[in-house]
Amino acid sequence: MNGLRTPLSLVKGLGAAKTGTGHWWMQRVTALALIPLALWFCFSVAALPGSDYATVKAWLGSPFVVTVLILTVIATFYHAQLGLQVVIEDYISGHGMRLAAILLVNFLCMIFATVAIVSLLKISLGA
Amino acid sequence: MAEFRLPANSIVKPGKTHQAKAGANNIKKFRVYRYDPDSGENPSVDTYEVDMDTCGPMVLDALLKIKDEMDSTLSFRRSCREGICGSCAMNIDGSNTLACTRAIDDIDGDVNVYPLPHQPIIKDLVSDLSNFYAQYSSVEPWMKTDTATPPDQERLQSVEDRKKLDGLYECILCACCSTSCPSYWWNGDRYLGPAALLNAYRWIIDSRDEATGERLDQLEDPFKLYRCHTIMNCTSACPKGLNPAQAIGEIKKLMVERRV
Repeated sequence: MNGLRTPLSLVKGLGAAKTGTGHWWMQRVTALALIPLALWFCFSVAALPGSDYATVKAWLGSPFVVTVLILTVIATFYHAQLGLQVVIEDYISGHGMRLAAILLVNFLCMIFATVAIVSLLKISLGA
Repeated sequence: MAEFRLPANSIVKPGKTHQAKAGANNIKKFRVYRYDPDSGENPSVDTYEVDMDTCGPMVLDALLKIKDEMDSTLSFRRSCREGICGSCAMNIDGSNTLACTRAIDDIDGDVNVYPLPHQPIIKDLVSDLSNFYAQYSSVEPWMKTDTATPPDQERLQSVEDRKKLDGLYECILCACCSTSCPSYWWNGDRYLGPAALLNAYRWIIDSRDEATGERLDQLEDPFKLYRCHTIMNCTSACPKGLNPAQAIGEIKKLMVERRV
């Protein structure tokens, strides 16, 4: 119980963190970037069925294609990390649990993005 | 975690039914939340059969009639009975509003009357708004200046700058908006809520105030400000027709503006 502390002292708490705008702004920036990237990705993948391995490999060999794919991966996982952190902050109120969940999401997004980029480069540069 | 499971003492039980006097033939049923934390009993919903032929048009009129004529143990706040004081804010027919400006005729079927959601209950429809008022206080809702007041006149403001305060200064702090917001339910201890943020913006945008930057600094926080996800429950709840969601959006825009 915080019965002896005034309501104002509890509301002021530890003060403003002086951060938050960067997070909010980058969520919008990555969302904006994902509009053309996701559209391009969907149309490109929709055109691929029926193609054999060599065709897909040749497609990925294009510097333009692999560059845009890597940008898509970065924007996607950056956006996912920012968004999931907001969901965690909304719904998990225990400090320890909240920190653990945010760390887990950060690590997973970083790992998935790196694996995707390495895989793309490996295929593109002809393993 | 967010409180998905309610505490044991918040399970609402069926309550008593108070029948209208014999001969009443225009009856409307009011189902009213009752809770007395001191009693140790769980909350209940009591039913009051109100004779509409002898009742005023607003929900507050019915509550006053119930308290005067049927059950004097019912507790609720009220004062001005004309939408200015904000005392009788409660959840009526599923949405937060003022009992004094909500017409009974506009409600189909029984009238469900509950306290403002997700606040501690003092008794029945009276909720504890200490945290809400402290949040308002924390945005320091008064003029802050370094320039001394002119000795011979008031601080001047252009007509255009004064217009920027319209839609903000009318807030009566009834708490309908903040207590309708899920972010406020889950993180009300750290998120300031729409009412406090609308009032923060009222001072941020005031051309006479000289603490705009400090005010923004105080809100630059993932919880105090950025728990708002613009679902706009606040705007649809506001009984004064204000738009707290837009005020919060304007604060976010200023946050970005000062860094790019």
